[in-house]
Amino acid sequence: MIPVLLILIPLIAGCVAFMLKSDKAAKSWSLLASLATLVVAVLGLTALKDYSYHHIDYPWLELLGSNFSLAQDGMGKMLTLLTAISYVAVFASTWKTEQPKSGAYHGFMLLMQAGITGVFLAADFLLFYFFWELALIPAYFLCSGWGGERRIQVTIKFFIYTFIGSLFMLVGILILYFKTTTHDFALTSFYQNIFVPAKEQSWLFWLFFIAFAIKMPIFPFHTWQPDTYEQAPIGTTMILSGVMVKMGIFGVIKWLAPILPTATWAWGDTVSWLCIIGMIYASLLAMVQDSLRRLVAYSSIAHIGLMCLAIFSTTDQGMNGVMIQMFNHGINVIGLWIIVGYIEKQFGTAKISELGGIAQKAPVLSILLVVFSLANIALPLTNSFVGEFLMFSGVYNSTITKFSTLFTACAIVSIILAAVYTLNMLRRVLFGDMNANTVNAVDMSMNYKLVLSVFVIIILALGVYPQPFFELTSDTVTNILSRMITKTP
Amino acid sequence: MNAIIISAVWGVIMMLTGLVKDNRTLGRNMAIAGGGLLVLANLLELQNTRLFSFDLSGMLKITEFGLVFNLLVSVCILLYFLVSASDFQKSGKDVPEYFALIFFILCGAALATSFTNLLILFLAIEIISIPTYILAGIEKNNLRSNEASMKYFLMGCFSTGVMLMGIALIYGSAGSFYLPDIAAKVTEMKPMFSIGLMLMLISMAFKVSVVPFHFWTPDVYDGAPTVVTSFMATIVKIAAFAAFYLLFKEGFGHLSAHWLLYAAILTALTLVVGNITAVFQQSVKRMLAYSSIAQAGFMMFAIVALNPTGKEGLLIYAVGYSLATIGVFSVLAKLKDHSFEGLNGLASRHPVIAAAVAVCMLSLAGIPGTVGFMAKFYMLSAAVKAGGLLWLVITGIVCAAISVYYYFKVIQAMYFKQGEVQEFQYSGGFKISLLVITVLIVLLGIFPGLVTGLLNYFLL
Repeated sequence: MIPVLLILIPLIAGCVAFMLKSDKAAKSWSLLASLATLVVAVLGLTALKDYSYHHIDYPWLELLGSNFSLAQDGMGKMLTLLTAISYVAVFASTWKTEQPKSGAYHGFMLLMQAGITGVFLAADFLLFYFFWELALIPAYFLCSGWGGERRIQVTIKFFIYTFIGSLFMLVGILILYFKTTTHDFALTSFYQNIFVPAKEQSWLFWLFFIAFAIKMPIFPFHTWQPDTYEQAPIGTTMILSGVMVKMGIFGVIKWLAPILPTATWAWGDTVSWLCIIGMIYASLLAMVQDSLRRLVAYSSIAHIGLMCLAIFSTTDQGMNGVMIQMFNHGINVIGLWIIVGYIEKQFGTAKISELGGIAQKAPVLSILLVVFSLANIALPLTNSFVGEFLMFSGVYNSTITKFSTLFTACAIVSIILAAVYTLNMLRRVLFGDMNANTVNAVDMSMNYKLVLSVFVIIILALGVYPQPFFELTSDTVTNILSRMITKTP
Repeated sequence: MNAIIISAVWGVIMMLTGLVKDNRTLGRNMAIAGGGLLVLANLLELQNTRLFSFDLSGMLKITEFGLVFNLLVSVCILLYFLVSASDFQKSGKDVPEYFALIFFILCGAALATSFTNLLILFLAIEIISIPTYILAGIEKNNLRSNEASMKYFLMGCFSTGVMLMGIALIYGSAGSFYLPDIAAKVTEMKPMFSIGLMLMLISMAFKVSVVPFHFWTPDVYDGAPTVVTSFMATIVKIAAFAAFYLLFKEGFGHLSAHWLLYAAILTALTLVVGNITAVFQQSVKRMLAYSSIAQAGFMMFAIVALNPTGKEGLLIYAVGYSLATIGVFSVLAKLKDHSFEGLNGLASRHPVIAAAVAVCMLSLAGIPGTVGFMAKFYMLSAAVKAGGLLWLVITGIVCAAISVYYYFKVIQAMYFKQGEVQEFQYSGGFKISLLVITVLIVLLGIFPGLVTGLLNYFLL
């Protein structure tokens, strides 16, 4: 029941939103819908824990053996919660931002939510693919319709990039489908009723991994990302970087590693090196960016790289770290985007060189920016520290690679670089002399403060007491690891 | 059988309506009625109610596949009449005669889906082709329409000649026109038979515009009146495809090891050339002409794979491609400027029309949630199932990704670019019919079983 509601509420609300003419009505309607989704997601975590609430299975394409089946495991619950929280945050923080063609904008946003939620819940490979693509179409319209100057070229690049990746995945799905003994698309068949020889696994792996790598993005498939984050409307950027990139990580964890374990093991080092290169490369690029948006975008690539690295370490700690870090990264990066969005709206620019001395005029903004930046570089007591610590220890203790020490060392370099560019950004934006842009700075309004203070509470709470999250996702971690190769055979 | 007789008779009736003075509205209404009648007749025959019965003498074999295909064709033609019939008035004044020609083509299409004899195949292809040559040239005062007609005629005659030569050679080596006989008697590739087979492959490739036999397509599609192009690119093309598939499945399927590679190479060429050339087009109409070549590449998967999945896929592909193409062309037919810029800002002035065109484009690009995706999905799974065609599958998906670029250019123009919106008049009925097409595209995209189920339902 709950999975259906989580998809249906945004889907129907999105369709209705298209018909709303006034800006205010569209905003209230979509905020209401996102709150309703959040309530359902929270109910699923608290009052209605019984398994019967968390899965459904209807016949869909019977001839092909594909069912409309949704199921929530721990990771699914966690990620749908993240999605629900993010949408409330996005709508609340853009409450006072004037939105042209508001009905359509909010309609597409909600449709995207339905798609993303579907990806996290699907228990049928074809259905997963369906939602995977459905999440992309609204993103295309949002970025092309409401983005910055270069939006049209940038968005088509983003779209074709991800589309070709997903088509590769589709071919992979089909090949695996014909290998299942039961000839159906159910997740359990792919986990249990399938035998893929190691040789075939090794190239099948890339059909899937390219799709997921483009989405995350992993070096060298990342080139669409900074442009898109820069050109997309800020609300969409929040969702793209906070939630949508998790689809890639989620895909690797649920739909790739357990199904092709031998190849995941065999290609582990290759992928890990790509992650390492991406982390250091993105961090170096982040150091020289003048645009806040591009800086956050590159820092996001570095963080995602670490998560991917931790998955391929195939350790209990690493996997737990990825789980909690997916949530944390979502919260932190959305918080950062909200602040960047505010700065853009307030000062008319997101260029670091054109900002300065904000701290003197806008103390609340400055404090919040500091908090989110520090959370982003994983200072102890913040949520990311827990996740990154676990991931590092997972990578270091990994028994399936010879390079675990080297990987850890390289990853730590990228963390140091992250501290350098983040603190440097803080110094240049918040302190120094005021200029024409910033001299009339006004502090944040109530809606921003409200959203961000909730986020700060989440950051601190998870930084101090992350245990409930580990309990939530422990079933997924055990299940996935039991299907992967954890020791060098 | 119902469809063959009714469409032929209705064609004659349509000619007679030309006697009535001021016959334009009458012609249009009669055509729509005829379309409805054909749908009904096909449904009846699928329920085993045969209105006519003849001794077919091994010339025709009425199969479920043929009937379902006919049903889909007649649904498409009904929708085509609903959205486009009024545009014939712009092209010429003998409106009832144009419809008569269309009904004759439908008769040919019904033959093309049920032949078991090479002579009937030849008849079917000719019945489809000759009226199409005329239709391409109905704008008598337009030089480009004349050119299109002439070019199509010459090319068509040439390919017909090739086909006759092929039939003759096959007859020479098999001693029969009857497909099951050919399948039974010819067990190895003798030189005469293999040349005949290649000639058949080439001539069919001409008819469905497969690269490198596609050169007539862009000029003809671009030159012909848009309303005719819409018909040629959909009904004519898918009927020829049905014939292509039946011929190679029933007649030459057992020798597939010998010709499969050639067909696969043609498929890959079609995909690559069609898609890459479409990228560089400045006019939407010409882009759609190349897109129809590109889509033919995907339909070829059914012939290359030769399995039940491909057969179902051909049905879904035919209906999905036709619906979307008819939808887009029906809007283009009402516009004067066919360049991409001509569509700028359409969404702000005509949101419903723009949304419908956008859905058609998404479907042609094969985005999930539309029938275009399901069609491509079936084709890809047919090829994967057949095995050994992974290179073709990869070519296919890379080309599908390229196609997104030019299909989305239309969406970009309509939604994200500003511009002077063209004069654009349409009736309420047009809007509703276009919406029906849009809804069908989405509905079949989510439940393709509505089409494939038909086949399985009647097979059981």
